[in-house]
Amino acid sequence: MSILILCDHENGQLSPVTLNAVSAASQIGGEMHILVAGDQTGNVVKAAASIAGIAKVLVADDKSLANGLAENLAPLMQSLSGGYSHMMATATTTGKNVMPRLAALLDVMQISDIIKIDDANTFQRPIYAGNALSTVSSNEAIKVITVRGTAFEAAAAEGGNATIEPVAGASDAGLSAYVKSELSSSKRPELTSAPIVISGGRGMQDGANFAMLEKIADKLGAAVGASRAAVDAGFVPNDYQVGQTGKVVAPDLYVAVGISGAIQHLAGMKDSKVIVAINKDDEAPIFQVADYGLVADLFDAVPALEKELG
Amino acid sequence: MKVLVPVKRVIDYNVKVRVKADQSGVELANVKMAMNPFDEIAVEQALRLREAGTADEVIAVSIGPAQNQETIRTALAMGADRGIHIEAPHDIEPLAVAKLLKAVVAQENPGIVLVGKQAIDDDCNQTGQMLAALLGWAQGTFASALEIAGDKAKVIREVDGGLEHIEINMPAIVTVDLRLNEPRYASLPNIMKAKKKPLDSLTAGDLGVDIAPRLTIVKVEEPAARAAGIKVGDVQELVSKLKNEAKVI
Repeated sequence: MSILILCDHENGQLSPVTLNAVSAASQIGGEMHILVAGDQTGNVVKAAASIAGIAKVLVADDKSLANGLAENLAPLMQSLSGGYSHMMATATTTGKNVMPRLAALLDVMQISDIIKIDDANTFQRPIYAGNALSTVSSNEAIKVITVRGTAFEAAAAEGGNATIEPVAGASDAGLSAYVKSELSSSKRPELTSAPIVISGGRGMQDGANFAMLEKIADKLGAAVGASRAAVDAGFVPNDYQVGQTGKVVAPDLYVAVGISGAIQHLAGMKDSKVIVAINKDDEAPIFQVADYGLVADLFDAVPALEKELG
Repeated sequence: MKVLVPVKRVIDYNVKVRVKADQSGVELANVKMAMNPFDEIAVEQALRLREAGTADEVIAVSIGPAQNQETIRTALAMGADRGIHIEAPHDIEPLAVAKLLKAVVAQENPGIVLVGKQAIDDDCNQTGQMLAALLGWAQGTFASALEIAGDKAKVIREVDGGLEHIEINMPAIVTVDLRLNEPRYASLPNIMKAKKKPLDSLTAGDLGVDIAPRLTIVKVEEPAARAAGIKVGDVQELVSKLKNEAKVI
């Protein structure tokens, strides 16, 4: 049995969530390889080779792979699939984009967003926004899998000494081209890996009011998130969205401010260790999952909270 | 140009799902069903393409039991021109769906397939990408904007870091995200009109596609419930609990 893990990386850095995928792979057992596909991937390759438990880093360094276009990456992965029992990626927008394309090229059913591994063929995954958990088994020759990062501890980033092997075969399928990105820049921690997340909902009333949450985030070293309602209303960009179809977070502390707690939002945060809800409606469903609920007008409570944190 | 829009029949997003006692799945009997919300956005986008003159026909296709014809009628009531129903089990897997859609594409030759980025029942997020692979077409996934000009489409994608602009060759598969548009409601006259629009019915056998499942569902369970929390009286009490009881700040 051997496993190929697609390395998630951006801006020349290995994305930490890759470590969670490695740890999931290590539960399956067998030799673990990482594929670093991209353009000028030197730093990422070095970081990948240092991850504990990785035997080999495959490097596909080619201009056609610079932006992770699925039309170019999936055929490359298909060409590397011989000998692997499992091909895995993180359930990030990169993994979700390319892995189903790979699975169809291999004529296998993908198993999306796994949260638990029973054995090499059997996996648990959430369905219905996490309101049910489905355990599925696969007899496919190659198991194509995406991994929910928050469900697995991170593997050690250091201690490994993998061999590095360049692979050929990358080419531009000529179907698609990257134009540009509009990325949110923030000095705060990344939403999906932050130890504390403070999120605002429709109750924030206006994008400018998120400044109140940012002040608290900066005091706590937290990331700022949002409900779908707040993103739809244009208060904050799409990459803030926590929920079934946005990002899934599981921090030590999640603070929901002015968020009613729709099923699809709960799907993205209910595995947080401690949940705080601040909402003026004491009937709001968010209180059903909150460890600590404060029924209050957020425009009084949030400034008071900032003051109390000193 | 024809636009093909696959629409899935799922449990309505407002319904709290219940797991069956025998752990074989979730309870579907006597549960309100509706079109997958992402597919509604795909239908809306197809209609806008037709209204803008970019497309001339919108075809809604649904794969599943006989009741899926209701979902197709919903798309027709929104404004789609005709429907195709492919008879199949309710829980057909995305790979099989993609293969059936490939066969429909071969018959209909659409210039674009617009589909929801994921279904809110199985949360797989696979079908569009798989169809693109099987057809050898470009894919614009998680689209929040779409602009078609000749043989190219500009797609803005919602990605984890923000937004990504790509340009893809047509014909293409575009999987739609929440911010692409706000779907229209079907008016009563349009619901009546939809009853007279053409709706073809096929089987997987007609299309020569093997739809046997590849995965076995071992069991479906309820997630562990969170222990009941408490209400705090004020911000001071909240901060004190977080520091001294939960020890998270």
